[in-house]
Amino acid sequence: MFVKTLKMFFVGKIASPSPFSKIIVYVLLISIGFIYLYPVLYMISNSIKSQEDIVNPMVNWIPMKLYFGNFRKAFRVLNYFPTLLVSSFVTLVPALLQTFVTSIIGYGFAKYDFKFKKILFVIVIMTFIIPIQVYMIPRYVMFYEFNLLESPFAIILPALFGQGLNSAIFILIFYQFFRMIPKSINEAAEIDGAGPYYIFFKINVPLAVPAFITSFLFSLVWYFNETYISSLFLGAEFSNLQFRLASFASEFESQYASEQLVMINEGIRLAATLLTMLPMLIIYFAIQRWFVEGVEKTGVTGE
Amino acid sequence: MKKIKLSRNMRENLIGYSFISIWIIGVLIFMIYPLIMSIYYSLSDVRILGTGIDVQFHGFTNFINLFKLEEGFVFMELLVDFLKDITLQAPIIIVFSVLIAVLLNQNIKARGFFRSVFFLPVIIASGPVINELVSQGAGGANVFESYGFIQIIEQSLNPVFAEPIINLFSQIIIIFWFSGVQILIFLAGLQKVDRQIYEAAKVDGAGAWETFWKITLPTLKSLIFVNFIYTIVLLATFTDNAVIQSIRSNMFNQRPGTGYGFATAMAWVYFLVIMALIGIVALIFRPSKISKKKGAK
Repeated sequence: MFVKTLKMFFVGKIASPSPFSKIIVYVLLISIGFIYLYPVLYMISNSIKSQEDIVNPMVNWIPMKLYFGNFRKAFRVLNYFPTLLVSSFVTLVPALLQTFVTSIIGYGFAKYDFKFKKILFVIVIMTFIIPIQVYMIPRYVMFYEFNLLESPFAIILPALFGQGLNSAIFILIFYQFFRMIPKSINEAAEIDGAGPYYIFFKINVPLAVPAFITSFLFSLVWYFNETYISSLFLGAEFSNLQFRLASFASEFESQYASEQLVMINEGIRLAATLLTMLPMLIIYFAIQRWFVEGVEKTGVTGE
Repeated sequence: MKKIKLSRNMRENLIGYSFISIWIIGVLIFMIYPLIMSIYYSLSDVRILGTGIDVQFHGFTNFINLFKLEEGFVFMELLVDFLKDITLQAPIIIVFSVLIAVLLNQNIKARGFFRSVFFLPVIIASGPVINELVSQGAGGANVFESYGFIQIIEQSLNPVFAEPIINLFSQIIIIFWFSGVQILIFLAGLQKVDRQIYEAAKVDGAGAWETFWKITLPTLKSLIFVNFIYTIVLLATFTDNAVIQSIRSNMFNQRPGTGYGFATAMAWVYFLVIMALIGIVALIFRPSKISKKKGAK
């Protein structure tokens, strides 16, 4: 049946753009979209339910009354603002560095022909495919030897040298973007006597603002959501929102151990989850077109 | 300020290298060196002691231990589970992304809104967040359970097949959540297709069903390949993947025979498995176009 609907929809699309086929598209998009967002909607709905509403089988999506106690407790257990500060620090600094450094690297690959360029470019792509686990342990040992474990440098240094989180993707983005800028601009500047670095900073960087914004945003999101490397290298001292969420249940119990009546429930846990994703959600809703259109604009798909 | 005159070619080489020099340093320190050490570690017993690092070469013992120690058995089991899961999940993610991309490519209102909806999980999906959502019942398992869907599978299929399928449906929404970037990539690819090709096909009497299979899908072929690799890497490196958790917990295992060296051996096995997967995908999907495009670069 599904195949038939699908077939009809494709037939409808090109043979005649009938209103019927359009309705099918909308129905499909809305229903799939709803299922897709189900976890988020569920989370929002349950985080504002009081204990009574959660156990009440009559209450499904909309609680009897708005209840913000869950957020209050989650806020306290997450130690929200100090933790957010830590999160911002270990997210912003590497993201900024990574964006800047990969732009330089991408530019080098895009505009210059040098020996072994092809091989080096293949290595760039390989750095994306090789799972971190393979080289993570020697990196860990290396950082241990240089006393860099449990310091933000363990995250910042790789980003500074174009080996940060998904750096290869950003090098590719910048590579694609700078290739789209006509070479004649550089040549004209060169005839006027501009040096290569001047040309990069004063002419190409301003032209590549969209690529910078998109890369920075993706970098930000990925660093914010990354927990594997950071939990290994940063340790407890830099516990960001994600770690706090991961250990939320036990943390909650230790903080509320004295108050027998306060039990952890799914409302509180989902409130904590919502609080954890909140910074990124706000950024996304404010400037979502930069995320979504960025993928097209920067020509990642030009490959 | 007089510089030595260099040939144009030399200059180009030097400037080019100066731009990527930071990457070369980085790749040597943070990639090549660790990779070489990683091979060495995988063949050694590695301990971090208070005084320093103790590395003792002992040949293939770590790899043999994968089949001898209990930790090794557990790891191998997890690896097999991972393989089962990924062979089911990756194609589902690709099919889902193509479907959504085709839907979004229609001439509809509120395309921007729907695009943002389908991209949203990329912003929020971290390991702990997904963990919480699934454990608190937001993963969508109950949606399917309430329709008796899971019982039907349980009753009608052999447990060997039923288990991964049930496993799949109990977290199907979360699996769909891994398709945000892929949808956008497919969508961008679809928008580059020249409308005239469709019109020409129509004039030649091709139906829409045929057009989809003969025009749309072939144009997406190279993107399917790219997205497959992206999906595999994404799933393979996701924080809550049981295999990488196992590698990690074995790092700090104090039992003789285990530890950093043993965990590194696991990581290499894991790497080879992923490369084999990518190789299979490449064999199936590598279009002749890719080599053509690479040539055109």
